[in-house]
Amino acid sequence: MALPKLKQDATDARLAALDLPASGWSRSAREDALARVKATGLPSRRDEYWKYTQPDTLVQVDAPVAEVFDANETPIFNDFDRVKIVFVDGVFDADASDDLALEGVSIDRLADAGDIHWAKDVYGVLEARGQTPVERPLAALNTAFATDGLLIRVTKTPSKPIHITYKHAATNSDAILHHVVKVEAGAELTLLENGPAAARFNKCLEADIADGGKLHHIRAQGRDHQRRAATHMFARLGAESVFKSFTFTANGVLTRNECVIELTGDDAVAHVAGACMGDGDFLHDDTVFVTHDALNCESRQVFKKVLRNGATGVFQGKILVKPGAQKTDGYQISQSLLLDDDSQFLAKPELEIYADDVACSHGSTSGAIDDEGLFYLRSRGVPVDEATDLLTIAFLAEAVQEIEDEAIQEEIVSRIEGWLTRRRG
Amino acid sequence: MLEIKNLHVKLEEEDKQILKGVDLTVEAGKVHAIMGPNGSGKSTLSYVLSGRDGYEVTDGEATLDGEDLLDLDPEERAAAGLFLAFQYPVEIPGVGNMTFLRTAVNAQRKARGEEEMSAAEFLKVVRAKAKTLKIDADMLKRPVNVGFSGGEKKRNEILQMAMLEPKMCILDETDSGLDVDAMKLVSEGVNALRSEGRSFLVITHYQRLLDHIKPDVVHIMAAGRIVKTGGPELALEVEQNGYADILAEIA
Ligand SMILES: Nc1ncnc2c1ncn2[C@@H]1O[C@H](COP(=O)(O)OP(=O)(O)OP(=O)(O)O)[C@@H](O)[C@H]1O
Ligand SMILES: [Mg+2]
Repeated sequence: MALPKLKQDATDARLAALDLPASGWSRSAREDALARVKATGLPSRRDEYWKYTQPDTLVQVDAPVAEVFDANETPIFNDFDRVKIVFVDGVFDADASDDLALEGVSIDRLADAGDIHWAKDVYGVLEARGQTPVERPLAALNTAFATDGLLIRVTKTPSKPIHITYKHAATNSDAILHHVVKVEAGAELTLLENGPAAARFNKCLEADIADGGKLHHIRAQGRDHQRRAATHMFARLGAESVFKSFTFTANGVLTRNECVIELTGDDAVAHVAGACMGDGDFLHDDTVFVTHDALNCESRQVFKKVLRNGATGVFQGKILVKPGAQKTDGYQISQSLLLDDDSQFLAKPELEIYADDVACSHGSTSGAIDDEGLFYLRSRGVPVDEATDLLTIAFLAEAVQEIEDEAIQEEIVSRIEGWLTRRRG
Repeated sequence: MLEIKNLHVKLEEEDKQILKGVDLTVEAGKVHAIMGPNGSGKSTLSYVLSGRDGYEVTDGEATLDGEDLLDLDPEERAAAGLFLAFQYPVEIPGVGNMTFLRTAVNAQRKARGEEEMSAAEFLKVVRAKAKTLKIDADMLKRPVNVGFSGGEKKRNEILQMAMLEPKMCILDETDSGLDVDAMKLVSEGVNALRSEGRSFLVITHYQRLLDHIKPDVVHIMAAGRIVKTGGPELALEVEQNGYADILAEIA
């Protein structure tokens, strides 16, 4: 079927400006992905899945200019014992990175990987599975054209986390990175990500978690104001495996984080959470799709957004329970705290259930600071600003508490506090 | 200590006058009680004094040690030494009781130019005071008032009062929802705080509480005004005969 002309033109223009990297083992996956992009076209503002978020600047040929943001603070996770890997404008920075040797884990780069057999079974595979029932053309584009990324295979639980840190250097940089994580049976990994990656960033993370494996993912996006980012996370969970992902997002003109989770083994657990703070003309979109396709699995989606000064929050979240996925325990909550009347929250929570013995709940709310609570705190002598901050942090608590590791949780909370302090009139 | 003169208050949103000329003076070191029928304006008085939104003072004044209260923000009133134990304490999900207490104590100290309490010292003091009120470690850890029983909430109010050491304490029906033992605990907590420099305004419907916290003066409030003032015997009269006689007498 022919694509609408505008979509066809935009897709053609974008593809004409990109070259398929000549990498050996991933070549066929890339060609398949390119075919997917051609078949669906790139997103346009007419697409139902993009009705709250305009994809134009994510699709256009050149990345819109983004000034390099000087956060003027110690980078997050700086004091953690971890293996740090740095990408500047999407380019691996060997000098700034730690040695990639880590016991129990193999870390290779997509750009210079020889024949990595195991990655072949994941690269572009989970992304392709995630294209139905909803198309995600920017992810397919990523698989086709990613210039680099990490291929991480965890066979034994390592002694420390892997930390991917991104840096933005050129005002017109356009980065496409694709990471693959394979957690083998019974192993466990903590993966940290942070930093402004480029003027425009298209990132894909595919995570294949074998039976009994565990992946903890904690990401901090921000505080670069002019960031444009489309990220995708595809996770496939085996029996009794655990995937927990938390994202803290501060500001950014346009951030679309998609998360696609497939629970394929019995008794698996997937939690995906986000805390977002938007102050200004920013848009932050969480689009989540969780598929239950096994017995007795648990999934949680917990998204909280604090918005003010014209910020927009978007949440599209779905739980799909396939036939036979009995004893599913699915939970989804999306809430916004609107600190003024200029901000807005657009939410589309969905449940689609084809099994009869399941417990699924979802809720979405949007509200202001609770006056009663605020007065109570003030009546005890807490100044109004401090009281508002306390209530704001309390609002985010349910999401932040999804982070299992206490030190990481504290680190995130301290960033939230910093954000709040800076925002005070 | 607390001086209220001719206080007139209406609702901000509606044309409804609630306080219609309240006159009341509480001297330093004294315990005054206010009794009065439901809806007579007792809680409104306590809210207006502590600075809650939604009310408009149309006439009169209220001062604490000569300082105009009505001009101050709620947090400034608290720092000035005013404390209200709420009739309906508010639940604050996501804020731990300990964090709340420590933030409040240190905010007031800061406002008064005093040094903040160290974490260790705070912990020691709060544990000791919580123990006398039979507030266990779990209640201290939980979010403020969330899932607390009615009586637990009231005890938590008194714990806050004990930590903040205000000079003017207003207790709005702190006895409601308390069982007999808790009433004793709370009263002991209050009595332990009685001192020459500290005053209490105790709002209650029952003589029971006043058996434990002995008032110096009892006021009857009706239809937005103090209609009668007397000694402790006035509370006994209310207990026995209700308000009908008193109201008839002033009508
Ligand atoms: N925000 C409000 N909106 C509408 N009416 C109000 C409001 N606040 C107070 N009132 C009314 O003002 C009157 C006084 O209320 P208040 O709570 O002060 O009484 P009270 O003496 O404390 O009663 P109780 O003994 O039942 O606690 C009541 O008629 C009440 O309905
Ligand atoms: Mg009342």
